[in-house]
Amino acid sequence: MKYVDEFRNHSLAQKLVVEIRRTVTKPWVIMEVCGGQTHSIVKYGLDQLLPGEIELAHGPGCPVCVTSLELIDRAHALARRPDVIFCSFGDMLRVPGSAGDLFQIKAQGGDVRVVYSPLDCLKIARANPENRVVFFAIGFETTAPANAMSVWQARAQGISNYSILVSHVTVPPAMIAVLDSPSNRVQAFLGAGHVCAVMGWEEYEPLAARFRVPIVVTGFEPLDLLEGVLMAVRQLEEGRHEVENQYARAVAREGNQEAKRMIFRVFEPCDRAWRGIGVIPGSGYRLREEFAAYDAARLFDLEGIVSVEPENCISGLILQGAKKPSDCAAFGTLCTPETPLGATMVSAEGACAAYYNYGRHLVS
Amino acid sequence: MKEFTLTCPLPMADRKTVVLGHGSGGKLTAQLIRDLFLPAFDNPLLNRLDDQAVLNAGAARIALTTDSFVVTPLFFPGGDIGELAVNGTINDIAMSGAAPLALSAAFILEEGFPMEELARVVVSMAEAAKAAGVPIATGDTKVVPRGAADRMFVTTSGVGLVPAGTHISASNARPGDKILLSGTIGDHGMAVMAKREGLEFEGVIESDTAALHRLVAAMLAAGEIHALRDPTRGGLAATLVEIAAASRIGVEAVASAIPVREPVRGACELLGLDPLFVANEGKLVAFVPAESAERVLAAMRGMPEGRDAVVIGEAVEGHKGMVLLKTEVGGTRVVDLPFGEQLPRIC
Repeated sequence: MKYVDEFRNHSLAQKLVVEIRRTVTKPWVIMEVCGGQTHSIVKYGLDQLLPGEIELAHGPGCPVCVTSLELIDRAHALARRPDVIFCSFGDMLRVPGSAGDLFQIKAQGGDVRVVYSPLDCLKIARANPENRVVFFAIGFETTAPANAMSVWQARAQGISNYSILVSHVTVPPAMIAVLDSPSNRVQAFLGAGHVCAVMGWEEYEPLAARFRVPIVVTGFEPLDLLEGVLMAVRQLEEGRHEVENQYARAVAREGNQEAKRMIFRVFEPCDRAWRGIGVIPGSGYRLREEFAAYDAARLFDLEGIVSVEPENCISGLILQGAKKPSDCAAFGTLCTPETPLGATMVSAEGACAAYYNYGRHLVS
Repeated sequence: MKEFTLTCPLPMADRKTVVLGHGSGGKLTAQLIRDLFLPAFDNPLLNRLDDQAVLNAGAARIALTTDSFVVTPLFFPGGDIGELAVNGTINDIAMSGAAPLALSAAFILEEGFPMEELARVVVSMAEAAKAAGVPIATGDTKVVPRGAADRMFVTTSGVGLVPAGTHISASNARPGDKILLSGTIGDHGMAVMAKREGLEFEGVIESDTAALHRLVAAMLAAGEIHALRDPTRGGLAATLVEIAAASRIGVEAVASAIPVREPVRGACELLGLDPLFVANEGKLVAFVPAESAERVLAAMRGMPEGRDAVVIGEAVEGHKGMVLLKTEVGGTRVVDLPFGEQLPRIC
């Protein structure tokens, strides 16, 4: 397949691995920020190809994993309402809240629908004027433009029975939280390619300078990731700390201006609680005041729903790259995708699920 | 060791109601069979967990199978629910090595379902049965009130005669066996999903629905076969895992050897799905002793249903019950049963 096979080529991968081995002289810890990258690394066994000096730490960039339990419980409360048609991206359906998941709510009569684009919700809203259509707007900067567009379009088209439950998170504050953590071991980042396709990389430049940390904007195919690692290792070995772009076929320095405009027409930054990590200042988006009529959190009475997350799983440390799934005593025994103890085992992009699904033959 | 209390998110396996995943052919289906059906129906014929039961009737050995079809939409590129029901049941019989003798067909129809569409399905079943040379010998019809079923459901059962000396079972694969796959994977599942979701892709994606009994007969004439299964729900992944578990062997497969049509790959990439887990309706996987693998493979390639047949790996002594896949770039990964429904990923 064009634009895919080129980036999974065996002999080119081997060449990159040889070059990485040639370049590396001492141990380095590199964090891939995005859950999609973690998924690729473990699915293709890339970590097995790298020299022992290089440790990949898996980052917090899985939007399903970091959505707080409280917000999930609020979403579930909405999905149970008989007047609501609850729309979601597919992989949110399996995430357990305090009492079950969206599949179970659907089985018990809740109208839960999987959509591929939030704009599909507007069609559903038009076709069901007697219902209230709520979209669970989760994700990083990647999904924010389309989610913002759905609200923008709803207003333009006069659709009044549509709202979104916002759980947006943003990458740079999370990277700062990782670097600020006293136990931080991360020395370089593979930046999240698709987030940067929207936002560009200007906002990462002060971060690289302040923390003296190399950041390589990286794609998601095996060759992208190996090349990203090579570029990061070269910077580390040479003592540089710059923002470089491996993913040039998709990312420009200024990002996608039109998409950014749409995000900030509709959303504004806010503090956000991350599952397993806690509140990170300025790390989320919420709807601007002028779009309050499309904000499910204000339209429905959800304030009474307060959830407490027990602290007996290490997913918070895993999301910060401080621990590996294989460091957890419960991994693969008490905690599996069928009986997840924490968020990182639930989503396909969570580090624990990636290890379990693809890499558990390597975990002793 | 510190005691670990399970108080974090709810254990998902403990379900009070049936969810869609229980019918997905993945882990939830396996749990339902293990925890409910097997203890209730407990008998040696069922406990083998093959796609068909093989019973002794005097000197003869009869293969018996049944399958329900609830596909939405009823008509999709490359086939329809009727053709699927006939071919699917013939295939479940054929996977024991048996020659299919006859089928039954039971219809559950929703009040208000257009007669014209029912007629199209029935004609399609008749044509598929005729092409396969297997008569639909008996049947049943029920109509339920509007809303009590989604348009129409079909249940087909079938019987076949197992040739003397043929003992094929998912539990008969042995270390050293070569693993043969009869052609491309993922066609049926993606054809149905594309139609259901109104997605359009470059290139045509059509269901691969086909009756495989003639292919199996040609393979049996060429050499010995230990295990056979058609990778339907749950895809190739589920079939390999099931055979690895039932035969207590390890499976080592090579990703680059598994053929996937370009439009199917593209559609899977776009939706974040893995073709390994996508359903097929006209393919089979065979575990064949190494010494007869070449002959069986040649026989497969000589038949229209097996012209793209390939060797995708082998059974090994180690890592019993586990399927490992050598990836395109040279790493390895585990292949497991899907948990429930395959979900499109967010990004």
